[in-house]
Amino acid sequence: MERALTVTFATSPDRYRHWTLHVDGAVATVTLRVDEHGGLVPGYELKMNSYDLGVDIELYDIVQRLRFEHPEVKAVVLTGGLERMFCAGANIRMLAQSTHAWKVNFCKFTNETRNGIEDATEHSGQTWIAALNGTAAGGGYELALACDQIVLVDDGSSAVSLPEVPLLGVLPGTGGLTRVVDKRHVRKDRADLFATKAEGFRGRTAVEWGLVDAAVPRHSFDDEVARRAGEAVAASTRPSDAKGVVLTPLERKDEADAITYPYLSARIDRANRLVEITVSGPADAPPADPAAQGAEYWPLAVTRALDDLILHLRTNELELGIWVLRAVGDPERVLAYDAQLREQAGDWFVNEVRHYYKRTLKRLDVTSRSLIAVIDPGTAFAGLLAELALAADRQYMLEGVYEDRDADAAPATLLLTPSNDGDYPMGNGLSRLESRFWGNDGDLAAVRARLGEPLDAAAAQELGLVTLALDDIDFEEELRIVLEERASLSPDALTGMEANHRFAGPETLETKIFGRLTAWQNWIFIRPNASGPDGALRRYGTGRKGDYDVERV
Amino acid sequence: MSIDDTRTGAAPAPTGPLSRVDYSERIPNNVNLAGDRRLQRALEGWQPKFLEWWKQLGPALPTKDVYLRTAIAVGRDGWAHFAHVPMDEYRWGIFLAERDPDRKVNFGKHKGEPAWQEVPGEHRADLMRLIVIQGDTEPASVEQQRVLGHTAPSIYDLRNLFQVNVEEGRHLWAMVYLLHAYFGREGREEAEQLLKRNSGDLDAPRILGAFNEATTDWLQFFMFTYFTDRDGKYQLGTLKESAFDPLARTCEFMLKEEAHHMFVGTTGVQRTLERTAELMKEHDTADILPHGGIPLDIIQKYLNFQFSVSMDLFGSEQSTNAGNYYTSGLKGRWMETRRKDDHVLLDATRELRYVEDGQIKTKTVPMLSALNLDLRDEYVADCANGVRRWNQALEDAGLSERLYLPHEGFNRKVGVYAGHHVTPQGEVVDEDAWNARAAEWLPTPEDREKVASLMIPEYEYGKFAGWIAPPKTGINDQPVEFDYVHLADEGLL
Repeated sequence: MERALTVTFATSPDRYRHWTLHVDGAVATVTLRVDEHGGLVPGYELKMNSYDLGVDIELYDIVQRLRFEHPEVKAVVLTGGLERMFCAGANIRMLAQSTHAWKVNFCKFTNETRNGIEDATEHSGQTWIAALNGTAAGGGYELALACDQIVLVDDGSSAVSLPEVPLLGVLPGTGGLTRVVDKRHVRKDRADLFATKAEGFRGRTAVEWGLVDAAVPRHSFDDEVARRAGEAVAASTRPSDAKGVVLTPLERKDEADAITYPYLSARIDRANRLVEITVSGPADAPPADPAAQGAEYWPLAVTRALDDLILHLRTNELELGIWVLRAVGDPERVLAYDAQLREQAGDWFVNEVRHYYKRTLKRLDVTSRSLIAVIDPGTAFAGLLAELALAADRQYMLEGVYEDRDADAAPATLLLTPSNDGDYPMGNGLSRLESRFWGNDGDLAAVRARLGEPLDAAAAQELGLVTLALDDIDFEEELRIVLEERASLSPDALTGMEANHRFAGPETLETKIFGRLTAWQNWIFIRPNASGPDGALRRYGTGRKGDYDVERV
Repeated sequence: MSIDDTRTGAAPAPTGPLSRVDYSERIPNNVNLAGDRRLQRALEGWQPKFLEWWKQLGPALPTKDVYLRTAIAVGRDGWAHFAHVPMDEYRWGIFLAERDPDRKVNFGKHKGEPAWQEVPGEHRADLMRLIVIQGDTEPASVEQQRVLGHTAPSIYDLRNLFQVNVEEGRHLWAMVYLLHAYFGREGREEAEQLLKRNSGDLDAPRILGAFNEATTDWLQFFMFTYFTDRDGKYQLGTLKESAFDPLARTCEFMLKEEAHHMFVGTTGVQRTLERTAELMKEHDTADILPHGGIPLDIIQKYLNFQFSVSMDLFGSEQSTNAGNYYTSGLKGRWMETRRKDDHVLLDATRELRYVEDGQIKTKTVPMLSALNLDLRDEYVADCANGVRRWNQALEDAGLSERLYLPHEGFNRKVGVYAGHHVTPQGEVVDEDAWNARAAEWLPTPEDREKVASLMIPEYEYGKFAGWIAPPKTGINDQPVEFDYVHLADEGLL
């Protein structure tokens, strides 16, 4: 499929085509009823509540709005609007006609959204419950797996299944394989049976094996779901009386080679296949009541813009392989917000902002672009913004100032706070400092001893916080060469290399999904057994099954 | 069962080659059940559950015995043995058509290879699914029809109803045999589920929609046996072609019995029409309800309904599964071996009608993707024959009115027409227009009440309810007034 359109991630409930959100006090019901003719690109119909990127963009919007706009919602029931089919997963015809890059981007985004659902349950007191009123197949079951609990209707027909391996010759790549064993603790031999049995398992067996939490007859289905939602509501710490923060439409200006948001800009340099991304610090001191400021609250505004920009560039600008990250502004003001986010972490809204920023940094961590941070005079890489620099693959810092340009400027400093040491953990469960100094406890301790202290280039280099600190005689030339060299390397090898380096330390559910599962899936996607002319994925819908090259690799 | 009853009638003595049925066993069969202890035990374990189901959800009207056809062998004539049998002693057995040792796969990628005597692991799940869906429909119709005995228009019709019921029961047995014999523990679990799902049960409905619709009255029963059982006939016809030989042989034998169900539907509607035509002539009015007949427009509405829900049973016009089943050799086309093409269909295409911008349009699609439609077209042509035959009855009565088959897009919930509104004449209309006229096309609750008001049982031998004409002949050369059914309480009458 040629990428004929630019995907926009901004949407709002009045524009949903596939979902309805119904809020009844502390319980929200999110219902999937896919508009068959509402595919994002032509060429397929979204039958049987199957989804494409467009469907998932709406789901992501719902997840976000529930957290910010509905502090009163403590339990979310996810269910289907069709009879006897909850969701058939990602649309196969869509996958079959998509380019490799599209499939990978699509899977990454859906994975992030499902992680976001788990994040809401774990950190927001907003428990997601999957109410499977019909069969949940493939991605449909994977969506349910992201919920805290799964209730399946026990009608002798409805099943949960992961038919990707037997039917399509690919993996349940949206967390399915991982969550079945790692989250739901299904025994590996049973998981093996499950993932090779196209029709899946129903009622009693599904419960016994741990694939679902309960299987209940239709007549008591609603009661069981309501009971579980009621329990989740009772256990939630979310406030009942708070006023939600409306996620107003993003202010975004698109020009030929520039995208501008209030606190973020991206300048595209197509010749060099890079984009320069600059985050701006706050204009004022933090407000006393962040929630009252709503979507204008600087950390939220920055996060939303960053989130949107990452998604945009990832999906629509595949050839811009290098992202050069900068932060500008007054570091003191950044630090004031940094402190507020920590001090008021108990406030529901501040909590949401913190976790949203965390998730957005994670999005950056799994982005298949080379990330290069540049720290030079005027930098605002301090506290939470310094996380962007630490998320980068390399950090280049100017020692001193640009003598010819602004000899009087203050030399750049890097300032770390607890934000860099645990407030915004990575997918591997570690802070970016812990990941950076994995296995080097002495180095980590040395940095920790200097949290809150402005570090000049020499100190930053000494502490191992930057890749290279150079003075202005060498700096710009060195940077040019670095970026040109980077652009000359194999994009595939870079993607693999970066993904390996970024996640030092232990494995978690998330790192397994983005590393192990996704990497295998992406390999399988391009193998002839899936996407060759006789591959199972390509043949799907032709009435013929895949003819496999039986050689094990 | 007595087989030397003088009234067993004209069932001819078996002449062709036949497999002897092992009646010394509890489960009559021609599959050498006695030689397979594991399978025998499994089926004997299932049998009590089946009988329990039959008692609970089988025919509700108590009877002493019924003049039933029982399969005692599969040879040329031995499958049609008639005698009076208490229904719960009916010998539901397992019969497969004779095996052809040289049988080959006739289509798909395995074309030319020997037919399979065992389930290939690769196709296990798909084959089981096909058998389960087929098996699920068999007991469903018994459940749907269980109360009809209370309003039977005659003892003759009552017997036909029960014959249909026991044979649906036997067809369930046939599918259960395959599940037990070839699909291991999972097969046994599926076999149990076949009894646990029940028609119209909110908690555990039957798999296919048309099998959860209530059979409200005898007109609907006749329409059901005509249109919905005919779907079954066509599905069996495709499975008869299967590369999996035991399935093919099972379905081939089932098709012989299915012909009786078609007969009940065809003649049932025909006799209803004959009476309707007679009353219309006699009273010179279409409004014959006051005279005890079913008005023609209501018959048309019943036809519209049953035809359209049966069309849905064929599934989506474009189906990946159907193509996969074909290519893999699991399910062929109707009359596969008589078709003059390559039986692989990789390059074949056909036309598909669909709705776009409020119009019915046509596009060309790969044949492999449209095999459900291929089968459905065969079915529709067959249905049209029946309608022509019925219309002959109207013509013979000197009436100008005619019945017709509605457009294929009418009242559809599955496939390309789902979500659109198409009139019986094939005009695409919007929802308002549909709602305004739906009562002209589909039976309303009032229509069903009107029909129900005529459904008064007639249990006297040789007599018929006023809304239906008697048949020309009886069953198995017996007279129409034969005592086909002995009701349980007839001694009290």
